[in-house]
Parts: sequence; structure tokens; C-alpha cells
Amino acid sequence: MANPIPLRTADNATPDAVVEVRDICKRYGDVEALRGINLQFERGKLTTLLGPSGCGKTTLLKIIAGLVPATSGQVIVNGRQVTGPGPERAFVFQDFALMPWATVLRNVAFGLELKGMPQAERHRIARHYINEVGLSGFEEKYPHELSGGMRQRVGIARAFSVNADVLLLDEPFSAVDEQNRRKFQEDLLRLVDKERKTFLFVTHSIEEAVYVSDRIVLLSPRPGRVSQIIEPAIDRSAAPDVIRRDKGYLDVVEEIWQGLRQYAE
Amino acid sequence: MHMAASPQKVGATGGAGSGSSSIVETLADFARRRKSFWVAVSLAILFTAWEIAGRVPISFAFPTFLETLSALIEMALDGTLLPAYFITFQPLLLGVAVSAVLGIGLGIAMGLSDKAEWLLAPVFIVLQAAPMAALVPLVTFVYGIGLVAKTLAVIMLALPVIVLNSYKAVRHVNPSLVDMCRSFQGTRMQQIFKIVIPDATPVLFAGLRLGIAAGFIGVMLAELLITPTGIGDLITYHRSVANYAHMYAAVASIIAVSTLTLAALQYVELRFLRPEKRRK
Repeated sequence: MANPIPLRTADNATPDAVVEVRDICKRYGDVEALRGINLQFERGKLTTLLGPSGCGKTTLLKIIAGLVPATSGQVIVNGRQVTGPGPERAFVFQDFALMPWATVLRNVAFGLELKGMPQAERHRIARHYINEVGLSGFEEKYPHELSGGMRQRVGIARAFSVNADVLLLDEPFSAVDEQNRRKFQEDLLRLVDKERKTFLFVTHSIEEAVYVSDRIVLLSPRPGRVSQIIEPAIDRSAAPDVIRRDKGYLDVVEEIWQGLRQYAE
Repeated sequence: MHMAASPQKVGATGGAGSGSSSIVETLADFARRRKSFWVAVSLAILFTAWEIAGRVPISFAFPTFLETLSALIEMALDGTLLPAYFITFQPLLLGVAVSAVLGIGLGIAMGLSDKAEWLLAPVFIVLQAAPMAALVPLVTFVYGIGLVAKTLAVIMLALPVIVLNSYKAVRHVNPSLVDMCRSFQGTRMQQIFKIVIPDATPVLFAGLRLGIAAGFIGVMLAELLITPTGIGDLITYHRSVANYAHMYAAVASIIAVSTLTLAALQYVELRFLRPEKRRK
């Protein structure tokens, strides 16, 4: 099961593969971070990159984002090869990456500000997404006045505001406490459902991956390779508490843990 | 110590306290709330120590605080202080303005470009390490004793500090914010003006404050080593005629002006450039 996805050429790629990763390798000097990664990400799905630290999952996400160049291989988004960041992709940062000198409103509208959109229009869009992530009333606050969870909501609203097809989330909840994290995951599922975008999600939490994902890509470390792909067909119409106690959910968590435990210390 | 001086505090203590205890309470309450109380206490201790040291006396040439204060008031009233500052401020303002513009510009360039760093950093590191007072006679040799020489003395002291701090400020910009700007397809110019410079502002201003403090040293060196003018002249003259209270008054006044300038700069920074610090 080293590579369960067959290699495809551009001609017969599945039409709904919005992001295609072909033969990506990444070296940092002598360290091989990623080796021969081939993946396809379907439109409208939430795929998680899961693995122990050092497996290169964040590196892979940043290569897809165009923030880090690959040593070899290609990333194709909407049929076009990626050479850098693009308007069809938006990134949510692990450390939030909010400008401390700007209000929530300006932070959320920042992607649009860079594109040169007039202030009234970008503020209207920003207010809409601030409302969507549940931060109405905080528009004029500064990041240091918000909790960690609220700051990441700002990061997510900013990514939504630019109306990208693909949202890349780099361990977005790792700096958020457990209670808020669960609430956050539920909110994320609601947004995935509502916004119909493609989500690529990096996490090291197995429970989080199983709870939110349509598809989980397990990466093994040193060098990072695809070790397994799991589709946890979980009925998300059920209440969150029911899902978290569902046998299917728990079985998938256990299966992933069995796959990963060999890499634990 | 009248009760009427703090009627509201009598109420606050339930009306039980005597007049003096309610004043103590008022002061204690004020001390809890206001930083300025502690600044005043700090200055009071300094001036008291000065007064005692002057009265001992530790040296016949060391005036008391009160003598110095009256000499300062006398100089302010007889019209010697203001014209002296007018003279001193010319090279100071010119030098600081040139150093600020050039220093922040060069520092930011060094922070953004490795080549600019390799080219300029060694020069400014040497300049910062060098004892600049030793170079002031060289400046006199080349540029004479006029405004140009004195302005150069200010620049020599202020510029390296501002350059190196601006450079450090840019190098320590949060890389995640730069990535964020790139990920939303910000241009290089947008990256510099919307992310790098705002994020570097606190350290840029710290450098500017240090640079201005160095500029004050520079202008004093110039006025003491090149030709006595302005405040330097007041110090030199009063020393030569053994008018020590007046000499100390001139020294203390330039220290006070320097301190107030730096405090004003900090106020400007917090008030206008750091909106997130404004409401605390």
C-alpha cells in the first residue's frame, strides 16, 4: 500500500480533481523531507494530511500553497501548474498570522486590500465572513484582545473572504484549547457544507482528522511518503456527540492509530 | 492638613479616619492608579540626594539642587538660555533629521537585501564600535568649526545606531506575516509597506530613540570639543569663571531637554503609529 493512487497523466485526470500533486520530492540540504508524493484532491471534499511530526505534512501543504518550492515534481491546481501563490488558493496559518496593528475588520479584508478592492466593498465582504465565523461585534477589536480560538476564526474568515476554490489549513486548531477546538471542528464542518470549497487540512490529531475529513492521507516520516489513504464514511448528519461515540468513528481512529503507532517514540 | 483638602476620601474611609490618615489614603490610592506618582517620587529622591550631597559638601565645585535650580531660573529669565538652545538645536535637528531619514532607509535596505547588508553592515558595525569623540578633531580638521562640522559630529554618533537598529528591526519581522502576505499574492512593495515596515515599527522607534540620545551626545561633544557655542558655551564659560551653579544648571537643562524629547517621541509613536496600544 505504498502508493494506492495510480499515476495519471493530465489527459485522463479525473475532471473533479481540483488539486493534483505529481511526484513531489523535497530536500532540505541532506534531509529528504518528502519522497515521490502523488495525490489528487477532489473538489468540494475535505482531505486531511495526517502523520507524526517530521512527516512533511506542513511542507507538502506549503508546496501546494506555492509558499515553498518543491525540489522536483509538479502541483497542478485547476489544470494549471503552480509556480507560486495564486488566487484560487487561500492559506490558514498555524500561528494565525494576524497583523497586530490592524483591527479584525482590516485583517479579514487584507487579502482583498492587497488585490486593490475599494474599501467599502471589501469591508462589506469581510463583515459577511466575520459574521459567518461567529465574530460579529468584534470588527473593531485588535488581535491581542481576542482569545486564541477567536484569532483563528479571524484567520479563517480572511481565507474565506478572497473566495478561493481551495482552502489550505495548516494545523489551524493546534493553538486552540480542547473545548474550543471541538466547537471549532463543528463550525468548520458547517462551513465546509455551506461554502462548497475544497479543504486541505493538516493535523496531528487522529480524532480531529477522523471527525472532520472525507478522506485521510496518512504520511509516514523520514522521508515523508504516503503510507495509507482512508475514507472514514461517517454520517455527519448525526449530532456531534453521537458521532464521537459512533462505533465506525472509533474503529477508524483505532485503525489509524495502529498504522501510526510504529512511528511513535 | 485640612479635612477639606480631601473630603471625598473621608467618605471613602467611612468618616472614621483622622485628617492625616485620609490624606495618606488619598496618596496611596493615587499611587496605585498613577504611574506619574512613582516618577515624581523617583525624581524627589534624586533631587533630595543631590541637595544633601551639595550641602555636605562633597566638593566646593558641587552646588546644591536648590542653587542649581535658582541659577537655571535666572538664566531662563535673563535671556541666556533660549538663544543658547537656538544655537545648539541647529546642528542637533539637522543631524538627527539626516540620520533618521538616511539611517532608517539604509537599515531597511540592509534588512531586505543580503547584498546591501554585506556591503554596509561592516562599515556601521565599525562606526558604532569606534569611540567617536576621538574622530571629532578629524572632522574639525576637514570641515572647520562651523555648522557643517557640528552637524557631522551629530550624524557620526546618531547614524550607526539608527542604521543597525532599523536593520535588526526588519530582520526580526514575523516571517509568518510575510508568508501570509505572499499567500494572498501581495506584491513585493505591498509586502514592504503593509507588513515589513509596520511590523518593524516598534524596533525602528527604539533605534530612533537611541539615535536621538546619541545625537545629544554628539552635539555636546561638538560644542565642547570644536568651538564653544550654545549650551556647550554656557557650560564652558561658567566653569571657567567658577560659576558652578550655572554650569550645573546648563548641564541639567540639556539632560532634561533630551529626556523630554525621547518621552515625546515615545508618545508620538504610541499615539499615532500603534493603534493596538492606544486603548489599554
